[in-house]
Amino acid sequence: MTNNRLYGPLSDVSGDAGYPGDHPERVGFFTDTSVCIGCKACEVACKEWNGLPDPVAGDLTLTGMSYDNTGALGANSWRHVAFIEDTVPAPAPADGGDLLSLVADADSDGDGDGGTTRWLMASDVCKHCTHAACLDVCPTGALVRTEFGTVIVQPDVCNGCAYCVSACPFGVIDRREDDGRAWKCTMCYDRLRGDLEPACAKACPTDSIQFGPLDELRAIAQTRLDELHQAGNTEARLYGEDPDDGVGGTGAFFLLLDEPEVYGLPPDPVVTTRDLPAMWRRAGAAAAVLAAGVAVAFAGRRS
Amino acid sequence: MKRAGEVGGGAEQEMVPEAEFRSYYGRPILKLPRWKAPHLPAYLYLGGLSGASAVMGAAAAVTGRRALARAGRVTAAAAALGGTGFLVAELGRPERFHHMLRVAKPTSPMSMGSWLLTAHSGLSGAAAASDLTGVVPALGAAAGAAAAVTGPLVATYSAVLLADTAVPAWHEAYRELPFVFAGSALASAGAVGLAATALGSGRDRAPAARMAVLGAALEVAATYQLERGLGLTAETYQQGEAGQMMRAARWLTPAGAVAALAAGRSRAAALAAAGLLTAGAVTTRVGVFKAGPASAADPKYVIASQRNYHASK
Repeated sequence: MTNNRLYGPLSDVSGDAGYPGDHPERVGFFTDTSVCIGCKACEVACKEWNGLPDPVAGDLTLTGMSYDNTGALGANSWRHVAFIEDTVPAPAPADGGDLLSLVADADSDGDGDGGTTRWLMASDVCKHCTHAACLDVCPTGALVRTEFGTVIVQPDVCNGCAYCVSACPFGVIDRREDDGRAWKCTMCYDRLRGDLEPACAKACPTDSIQFGPLDELRAIAQTRLDELHQAGNTEARLYGEDPDDGVGGTGAFFLLLDEPEVYGLPPDPVVTTRDLPAMWRRAGAAAAVLAAGVAVAFAGRRS
Repeated sequence: MKRAGEVGGGAEQEMVPEAEFRSYYGRPILKLPRWKAPHLPAYLYLGGLSGASAVMGAAAAVTGRRALARAGRVTAAAAALGGTGFLVAELGRPERFHHMLRVAKPTSPMSMGSWLLTAHSGLSGAAAASDLTGVVPALGAAAGAAAAVTGPLVATYSAVLLADTAVPAWHEAYRELPFVFAGSALASAGAVGLAATALGSGRDRAPAARMAVLGAALEVAATYQLERGLGLTAETYQQGEAGQMMRAARWLTPAGAVAALAAGRSRAAALAAAGLLTAGAVTTRVGVFKAGPASAADPKYVIASQRNYHASK
């Protein structure tokens, strides 16, 4: 059997990274967007706890993207609440406690076309991938796997090469322009070390953000998904929970109510390192062709 | 401003009706690469030039072509030094460049490249210094021969550097990109060899010309193959700044090869070939570089590659 170091399911990420057998179990986030109310308490708690820098004056602009003025995850925003506000066909008449009737009232935008305004809110975060491309490509060892199975940047080591920025299939990690280093969510590594849950999960008033051992969260999420499906919400889906997906499953996964790209998430991300052995082979072959080309060029008799 | 969940693609009129893509207000899914021009494309060019020049220098030395050997060795050393400078300047914390040698990670092409470049710079520097000063010629020749081993790897690993990312235009091109860079590097070094022999005694121009022609042919063929294999993402090599550069290279490189064929009879043709091929290699590198951010900026390329919505033509 292959050991799945670059791709595929991996049962013990911390063990694979070299931690001894008695390391803590892998923890993660389950973000259930069906109960997110868009309060942004997670964004605020994250910035407060982690002491993230104030935005510079030019960044304080209104985006025009509903109530989302954060825009995206970045070096200084480690939680980002997305607001999707659009018009969709009115749902079929709801019978009684249909969950869809909570999401939207028929023709709620009042323009008489039977369309309805839909609101989706979702708190995005670093996925702490099983196969983390940022960690794989980091040339300095600044990005490391923790004993909790999460991925963090060591700021005293990072030299700002920005390889991780281009490698992340979720567009999460970014370089801070003023200090030149890469930053992202640590899943509150300092709090985990002190047996506390991460600040965002602690602050979430609806338990949309749940923190805990990843295995338990996956079971909770499956139960919740079944509930929603039984209530008629066929669009509900889990995102990132599958160890057989392109990144070996994520440490932070989601329950979404539409396709991932509607939330700004890649539909089927694959860790770039999956293809790395093939890339090295191609580069080796090309190097051989280069050397052979020179040999051929010099093979003729001297003029 | 696109609305959330809105269906739509790029602004350009397409011959083929575009597949429908939904997105979050049309915003990028990926972060745009932080690497910038001219630093990164300059490094790609100089790394290729250095690598292939080292091989040229060693081959010329073995076959007794002194002038061409010196041109190859000096170019290899100078280009390695210049390329390294561009890489360091690209860092967010340049004063920490030595952190690159904290670890050796096979999963990080940049880590492997740092070690490779360190070895190659040292070897090619020693070979050039010995050649120029005449000090310890045996050691210089040995260093030059070793640089002929690191050289081809320096020239092609940078393709892996780009391809080992989530950026569609770079990652999806991982099969062809090393060959584009190998061809481009051969042509670059051939161009320097042509210029050096044309400006010098004029002897030994033929092997440099053959390198140039072979390199140009490989660069053109591999670039063609690259664009053919990309589906929708090929657009990013055909439009915008990247498109301008790739189109320019499509004329410059073959024109340089034609001039190189005439280089044996004409000094002017040799110099023209050197100029055209260098311009072709540089524009190819800039084009490849610029296609990356273009493919990360529009979420449709990420979605298309992941959902296999490849345009039919």
